[in-house]
This record gives sequence, C-alpha cells and structure tokens, in this order.
Amino acid sequence: MFESPTIAEFLAQSNLASTLPGTLLLAWTLLLVLIDLFAGEERAHWTPIAACIGLGISFVANVFVYSPAEGEQIALYGMFIADAFTGFLNMVILVATLIAVLMSWDYLNRADIHRGEYYILALISSAGAMFMVAANDLIIIFVALELLSIPLYILAAFRSIKNDGSELSLKSEESGMKYFILGAFSSAFLVFGAALVYGATGTTNIPQIFSIAGGIVGGTSAAAFYLLIGAALLVVGLGFKVAVVPFHMWTPDVYEGAPTPVTAFMSVTAKVGGFAALLRVLITGLSVLVLAEGGAAAWQSTTTIIAILTLVLGNFVAISQRNLKRMLAYSSIAHAGYIMVAVAAAGAADVADAATQSALVYMMAYMFTNLGAFAVVMAIEREDGSGGNIDDITGLAKTRPLMAMAMTIFMLSLTGIPLTAGFVGKFMIFSSAIQAGLFGLAVIGVLTSVVSAFYYVRVVVNMYLRDSEVDARPALETPYVRWAINISLAGTMIFGIFYPLATNLVSMVSIV
Amino acid sequence: MDVTGLSLTTITLFLPMVGLAILLFMNGETQKANLKWVAFATSIVTFVASVLMWINFDPSTADLQMVQRNTWAEVSLGESVINISYFVGVDGISMLLVLLTTFIMPISILGSFGSHIFEERGREKLYYIFLMLLEWSMIGVFVVHDLIIFYVFWEVTLVPMYFLIGIWGSEERIYAAVKFFLYTMAGSILMLIAILYVGNRSGTFSTYSAGGDIGVIERVQTWEGEGTYWDAADPEAEGEDAGFLLNSVESWLFLGFLVAFAIKVPIFPFHSWLPDAHVQAPTAGSVILAGVLLKMGTYGIVRFNLNLFPEATVAWAPTIAFLGVVGIIYGAWVSYAQDNVKKLVAYSSVSHLGFVVVGIFALNAQGLQGATLQMVNHGISTGGLFLIVGMLYERWHTKEMADYGGVWKVMPLFGAISLVISLSSMGLPGLNGFIGEFTILLGSLGSDYLGFVFTLLATLGVIMAAVYLLKMFQHVFMGELKRPLSSEDGYKLTWSEKAAFIPIIIMIFWMGIQPIVFFNMLDVSVDSIVALFVR
Repeated sequence: MFESPTIAEFLAQSNLASTLPGTLLLAWTLLLVLIDLFAGEERAHWTPIAACIGLGISFVANVFVYSPAEGEQIALYGMFIADAFTGFLNMVILVATLIAVLMSWDYLNRADIHRGEYYILALISSAGAMFMVAANDLIIIFVALELLSIPLYILAAFRSIKNDGSELSLKSEESGMKYFILGAFSSAFLVFGAALVYGATGTTNIPQIFSIAGGIVGGTSAAAFYLLIGAALLVVGLGFKVAVVPFHMWTPDVYEGAPTPVTAFMSVTAKVGGFAALLRVLITGLSVLVLAEGGAAAWQSTTTIIAILTLVLGNFVAISQRNLKRMLAYSSIAHAGYIMVAVAAAGAADVADAATQSALVYMMAYMFTNLGAFAVVMAIEREDGSGGNIDDITGLAKTRPLMAMAMTIFMLSLTGIPLTAGFVGKFMIFSSAIQAGLFGLAVIGVLTSVVSAFYYVRVVVNMYLRDSEVDARPALETPYVRWAINISLAGTMIFGIFYPLATNLVSMVSIV
Repeated sequence: MDVTGLSLTTITLFLPMVGLAILLFMNGETQKANLKWVAFATSIVTFVASVLMWINFDPSTADLQMVQRNTWAEVSLGESVINISYFVGVDGISMLLVLLTTFIMPISILGSFGSHIFEERGREKLYYIFLMLLEWSMIGVFVVHDLIIFYVFWEVTLVPMYFLIGIWGSEERIYAAVKFFLYTMAGSILMLIAILYVGNRSGTFSTYSAGGDIGVIERVQTWEGEGTYWDAADPEAEGEDAGFLLNSVESWLFLGFLVAFAIKVPIFPFHSWLPDAHVQAPTAGSVILAGVLLKMGTYGIVRFNLNLFPEATVAWAPTIAFLGVVGIIYGAWVSYAQDNVKKLVAYSSVSHLGFVVVGIFALNAQGLQGATLQMVNHGISTGGLFLIVGMLYERWHTKEMADYGGVWKVMPLFGAISLVISLSSMGLPGLNGFIGEFTILLGSLGSDYLGFVFTLLATLGVIMAAVYLLKMFQHVFMGELKRPLSSEDGYKLTWSEKAAFIPIIIMIFWMGIQPIVFFNMLDVSVDSIVALFVR
C-alpha cells in the first residue's frame, strides 16, 4: 500500500529546489557553527563575514528561484509554496538580516560580548522567517514560527551573558524572559487555533482549508463554530507575534531591554513573518468565511477594530516616551497598525491582491526605515548603553551632520512624507482601504499619522533646532554601522523617489 | 497637444534642483562666500526660464500649454489599472503663479544677503539648499496636473519651510515651526484620502485630458450627461436638496480638499498658525510664505475644488465666501490692534486673502480674474512689507512699533519706498492692489451666488486696510527718531537691499497702470472654469 519512495523520487516529488533560499541559509548556518568553533579567538571576525556571505548566497538563490517566469511552485508535498509573495518577503528578510548583522558587529564589540553564536542565532531566526513566509500549511507555520522565535528569545537576553550585575544586563535578561513567556503563550494560542481549524476541516493545508471551509460556512454545524473560534485563535496567536493591540503589552519592555541591533532585527523579521502567515491564513485559507453572500470576509470587522486600536494606542503612547528605543517600540506597534489596515482591506474579495501588495511594500519601506532609525540610535548610544534618550540627540546636526540628516529622512519616512519609502507604503495602504470601502479606517489612519508626526518631528527638532549644552561626544561607531545606515538610507530614498520600482516588484503578487 | 519630450515647463521646474545639486558639492570655507551667489544665480536663471515660458505662452486658448506627460507608475485596482503620471503644463492661472514664484525667489535671496542670521546660527549652505528645495516644490505645485504628484509637491513644501522657520527664526521659532508643520499636515493628509477616492472613482489621477487619456475634469462632465455623479451608488442623493451638504459624497470630497487649502490660505478660522509662523520666520521665509506659499491654497481651490466638484462648490459658495468676509474684517481688526509690526503685517495677510476667497466664490469671470490677480498683488506688496520689516529689524533689533519713529528722517529713500508699498497694499488707485480688490468687489456684486452684503462688508475691509497700514506707517516712519543708531552708516541701504526693492516697485506700478497685460493672460483660462457655473 504505502511504498517508501527512492531518494530520487523523493527529491523529484518534494521539489526541494524551490526551497533553496531558506534551506541554503540554514545549511550555511550549520557550517558557520563549525567556522566559529575552529576559527579561534583571534579570528572571531570570520563569523560575521561568513554570515554576510551566507546571506548573499541565499539572496542569489532567491533571485534564481523566484524569477517571474517560474510562476508558483509547490514543494514538500504541498506544505511549502514558492510564489512572488515568498520571493519578495525573502528579499526583505535577507536585507534586514544583513543590516542587523552589520549593526551587531559594532555593538557586540562595544559591549564586549562578541560571541559567534550571536550570528548563528540571528541566521537561524532569519531562516525561520523565510520558511514562515513560504508556509502553505498550518504545521509549517507553527514550526517556522518556533524556528523564528526561539533564537530571538536568546538574542534578547544576549547582553546578560556578561553577568556583571549592571542594569543593562538585568534588563536584557528580563527582556529575554518576558519575550519567552509571552511568546510561548502566543504559540499555544496558535496551536490551539490550528487544532480547531483542523478539527473543523480535517486538513491543515491552507488551500484545502479554503475549499473545505466553503462547504461548512453558513451552516449551523459544530464545524462552522469551531472554524470561527479556530480562526479567531490564529489571529490572536499571530497578533502577539506582530504586536498589535491588545496583544502588544510585551513590546516596549522587550524592545527596550534587548540589545539594540536585536531590537531592530526582531522589530522587522518577526513582524514580516507574522504578517505573512496572517495574510496567507486569512486570505488564502479563510477568505470564504463570509457572513453574508458576496460580502466581505467575517474577519474584516475584527481586523478593522484591531487596526484602529493599534493605530490609536501605538501613536498616542509613543508621544509620552522619552527613550528613543521605547519610542521606536511604540511606533513599531503603530506601524503594525498600518499593515493591519491592509489586512482589513484584504477582507473585500476584489481588493485582496491590491491590499496584499500594499502590505508588502509597506513592510519593505518599514524595514529600511526602522532599521535605519535603530542604527542611528545605536550609533549615538554610549558604551554602557545609556544615551538613548531624546535629549541625548540634541544638537546632533552640529556635531554629526550626516547622521542627523539620515535620521531626519528616517523620521520623515516614518511620518509618511512624500519622496520617502514611507509615503509610498502609506499611500498604497490607504488606497487599498479606500478601494475596500473602509473610509472610516482610512481617515483614522491618516489622522493618527498626524499624531505620529508630533513625536517624529520632535526628534528632528532636537537634532536641528536646539543647541546642545553638553560637549559633543566622540564618535563611537565603526564603519559597519555607517554601512547599515547607508543601506537603509539608500533603500528609503530610492524606493521613495522611484515609486514604480516598488510597485513593479510586487505587481505579480497574488495569494488569493 | 504635444505630450512627450522635454517641455519648457519641466526645464523651469527642475532648474532649482540643478542649483541644489551644485550647492551640495560646495564644501569648505573658500566656497562659503559663493553659496549665496549660486543660489541667486539659480533663481535668476529660473526666472528667465519662466519668462521664456511666458513669451511662448498663447493666451488665446484655455488648453494646457508646454505640456509634458510621462507615465510614472501603475496602481492596480481590482481588475483595472490607474496610471500615476508626471504631467506638467500651464494655463493662464498657473503661468501667472509660476512667474510670481520665480519673481519672489531672487528677491528673497537678495533680502538675506546681508542678514545677521548666519552670524548667529551659521549653516548658510543648508539655508540655500532649503530655499532651492522650496522653489522646486512650489513651482511643482503650480504646474503639476496629476493629483498624486501634486500631493507629493504639496507635502514637500512643508519640509524646507519647517527648517527655515525652525533653524533661522526668532526666539519662539521651535513652537512656530512645529505648529506650522502639524497644522498644515493635518489638513493636507485628509486631502490624500479625498484624492485616493477621486482616483478610484474616476479611474485616473490626471485632472486634465491629455494624449488620449481622459482626465478627471472631463470625466466629471460626462457623468453629468449620464445623470450619475461622484456618488455612484446613489445618484438620487445628488442635487441641491437639504441633505446635500452633509450626505453626498461630493460634498465630503469638496471638504476634504478644501480643509487642506483653507489651512494654507488661511481662511478664518484656520489661521492661527499663520501669525506664529510669520513672526518667527526669517525675512526670506516670511517673504516666501506670504508671497507664494499662501497662494498655493487659493490656487488649489481654483484648480481642484471648482473644477472637480462644481455642484458642491455652488452649494458651499455662500458659506465659504462668508468665512472670507469674516477673515477680511477680523484680520484687519486684529491687525490694527497689534503693537508688533511683523504681526501686523501677518494679520493683514488674513485680511487680504479673504478678498481672494470672496473673489473665487463669486464664481464669475470678474471675481476669479480679480482673485488670481490679487494673489499676485498680495505676493508682491506683502512680500515687500516683510522685506521692509526685515530691514528695520536688521538695524534696530526690535519688532515693537513703540520703539520706532522718525525713520523717514534718517532713511528718506527707504521711507519713500515703504510708503509706495504700503499704499499698494492699501489698494490705492493707480497701484496694483487697487486693480485686484476693485475687480473682486465688482465680481462679488455681479455674482449669482453672493449678495451685495458680501460686497458691502468686503468694502469695509478696504477702508480698514488703510487704517492699520497708515497706523503702522505713522508709528514707524513719522515723528521724532526715538532710537538713533550708533553709526550713521547703519542708515544707508546696502546695494542688495536696493536691488531687492527695484523689481517690486516696478511691478507695483506696472500692474497698477497696465493691468490689461495680466488680465489677457487669465481671460480664456478663467472663462473655461466659469463656464461650469453659468446659470
């Protein structure tokens, strides 16, 4: 009855080639363990270099696998899907990891915690995110989510490996612990949701859920009820990961306590992975979950409410923050809210593609801008990790004009001022919201961006319009951080000014 | 219509960016003295380019001229695709305002040549870079006919102005700069929503038709023939029934655009950012703010509100014109009460732009022509007034009127120039201000949509203008000299100050004596808009 296939048959059927970007990165990471082990103290810098090379290899593989001519490919017996959506987000994740590695190089030396494991963990996490954006099955989503999260828990606590009892290492420890407990909690929600969906439909494969759920929805059977509860729990579980209100409580503490490059890294990759899974589950799997014939998906109202709460709370609470990292943490909650607007818009069937594309462009814009902003914050931090308050950047335009200019552009991009990538993202998101008929949501979205302008502009005010009373601090950062800032700046400007570049990259994306 | 290839409009638009690029690469102390010359030369070349545009301009057609249109990006929309295009061109109204912009820029750069602000705050290079960026974005606002690109230019003007006020302003500069930024952004971001809806509903972001593609304006007119309108779902909701103002989509779209423009103009009661921004801004900033930036608001109303939402315009006209009249009287009243000379001039802008608003919403040819001309007049005369205030401040370091007096005795030429500019701002016949105000009053009197009460109240504003401007002139220039300067040399006007005034004086007399030149430019373009409102 069940014959085990030969290796050749297995390889042919599982279509491993299309999983190459992720698997290559994972394989390279294992190699990295050996390099780090045998390179020795004096060649410790080999590990980050090798990490960058690995990211490069994965990037090249990604370009080959996801050339538009290939179209959509299913791999690993339907559990893995390689389409334009995956390809685009893979690129976002890889660039984000590269920038984070460049930042870490500097940070670890400065904090005197230079360990090769750091890069290995970061790369594993990044590979987890790459599997997550390619997941076509609830089980893969769960496995990838754990692969993404567990290294992040360790990374968040990384500063405490030098256990000197300082406030910084304690905070880092607390951050890792908090993240771990709440992360495990959210995973439980996710698994329970997946179990209920499986109970209702008899499958964990997302496209199959779609076809089976079509027959259940609208009936009064228990299955319909379980499907609804399951879908809600999936939203809760992934909502934790992407930090949307009301599942955001862990974010500020974790972001503030974690080492700055880790904060930057997880504020992007965890969100990208989480939103990718959310989009796949909701659009590909559960868009049939409608309350009325021909109406919008049932989860649209839920996601709309989440989006509104996230936008309002994230932006208003960010105003009162004095610590830049904490401010960026709340602003990253707010940005999750903007992406949530796109998710809500995707609830209208004919807007699903446009909304998905807008979410993707927004994530890319957010990746460049947010990483850049964190890199600047890191560059101006003191050795002991202090100096990240809003008053510490006073007069930065005089002492470090280029750094201040870059920070200004990042702040304008986060606000959504034209000619930056942030505007392109916001424009596409609101455009899809309008197409979906969610006018109220769009208006709340733009009004909260005015609120966000208040605290972003305050950063610019301090850098340019106030003069520093204290003497200029010596530049601590190495060229690597400057490279991180330059890459982010280039991305923010290029995709902001050459708008078609962004739209062309996502024009093939369709996950309906 | 030639729609591809490099048009003169594009060249004019991007000349400031060339200057900006040159400025970026000028480093070091030796180059520092040259910065202002590069900026000045760029603005002069841009002015020459815009004059070339004027020479090429054919006033006998309402079509856009010197058009260039290239597809920029495609936005997917369900099954269809909307193009965002780089679409520039000028009609009479745009042409006049482009000329105003390129005319004001060299003057404001000249005005900051000898300024003390660089001794205190430095960063001269950044200052001129922001001025170039500002000129680019302001010209962009006036020549672009794609709603998205228009929004881009519109928002970009905020950034350099914010820095100009914030870095080189007076004591309260940070408060004023942040207020300016947030206030104007809050208004314009609602316009983005309205723009997205318009593009969504009409399938294009281009306002005018070009190269075979139908623009929004033409689309609106075909809808009218088909009996549908902005509110696709419920055509019955259209029409001037009682619920129209609050229930129809068109009315909300109209308001979405209007709030953005009303804040910029500013129409009463959205004016509270203006005194702060004006008073705190450096001289060049005030001149550009009063001279050009405020006109972006009135231009936007004429170009977008009137063309895209004619029914809502008719329904809202009396209300907005009433706010305009309130602005005229309130602005004049508050202006009279000021002790701070710069604040006095700032509030006079509220009053003068009230006239423009009344002229626009008279919705007839005289009203619109007068309003457009008054935009230019106000730019020139109030720009001049801010220059005067700036030069006084350079010498006496105070803005309080009580500290001045008798300036005419020690600076006779300066006094004479100031008198001419003040009289022009008052609307003395024979000078430019009179032409604009008179035509607007004529338009409001003959309007189908406004009654003569509007004319009556607006006329009151003309008288009040004389009151507060003469008060200013009397306190500053007449009487005994209260505070002699330490050296006689301080009283002399520098060559750059004189040079800044010459073109202003020329324009004041030229537009006052021979306004027909400018009316001819506007005639046909204005008629094509007014045709929407003929009853």
